[in-house]
Amino acid sequence: MLAKIHITLKKDVLDPQGKVIANSLSDLGFDGIQSVRQGKYIEILLEGDDKDAANSKLNQMCEKLLANLVIEDYSVEID
Amino acid sequence: MKSHVIVFPGSNCDRDVAVAIESISGSAPEMVWHKNTSIAESDLIVVPGGFSYGDYLRCGAIASTSPVINEVIKKAKAGVPVIGICNGFQILIETSLLDGALIRNNSLSFICKDIYIKPENTSSIFTKNNIVAKMPIAHNEGNYFASTDTIKKIKDHDQIAFKYCDINGVVSEESNPNGSLDNIAGILNDKKNVLGLMPHPERAVELSLGSDDGKHIFEGVLK
Repeated sequence: MLAKIHITLKKDVLDPQGKVIANSLSDLGFDGIQSVRQGKYIEILLEGDDKDAANSKLNQMCEKLLANLVIEDYSVEID
Repeated sequence: MKSHVIVFPGSNCDRDVAVAIESISGSAPEMVWHKNTSIAESDLIVVPGGFSYGDYLRCGAIASTSPVINEVIKKAKAGVPVIGICNGFQILIETSLLDGALIRNNSLSFICKDIYIKPENTSSIFTKNNIVAKMPIAHNEGNYFASTDTIKKIKDHDQIAFKYCDINGVVSEESNPNGSLDNIAGILNDKKNVLGLMPHPERAVELSLGSDDGKHIFEGVLK
């Protein structure tokens, strides 16, 4: 099974990199951008096919290491 | 006086801390490799600056899961004084010994320059000798952040150790180098035996280095 994890900064945490990306996109002529938030994407290849067990394990991984819950939110998707 | 300096792959201020401790206390600290699972009886543990584990994932995140860290947490909870400097502060935050988070500088630049800090809490062993002190910062992720609830808790418990200020001790937006909330440069745990700070006191222990103000932070523990 392939797990796809997205980690993004929480909404109330300033994302200066996102702001700079938004400015650069505007400079390139892409209009209509309201805001940009950037983050991390992590793929984890797992053994077995028990999606519920994997989901619970992946949530623990995010909470213990992959995300810092003080500043980040995460989402887990399993293919 | 027995002290210990933790060494991770990528630590680069461990020797500076050792020199500072030896010059202040007269005895050299024991250097403790990150794979060790025990630390002998100690009067001070320092988690030094650097780029532990290459800053992979988040600064300090991987180091916070290394074997020696469980021992640091155990000692800290037993009341042993612990100082985390720069990356060491980031590591202590990742272990949850200290509250909040350290995010990218608001300028998006690595900042390396002398700054001034002043103590907010004047009762802890680390801050009681302090005055407005000059020392360098050298970091990319030193922008202190915490939720509104956490900031309230930190203030209510007198856990702000140092704030960035100017040479006269005035705390203002101009004296904030990295965007830290409330100009926070260092914080304490609620028992006040764990200090984390972004500035480098170990790089300011001799006048030939530009300042010896950093001594005060160690002297409270070592003397």
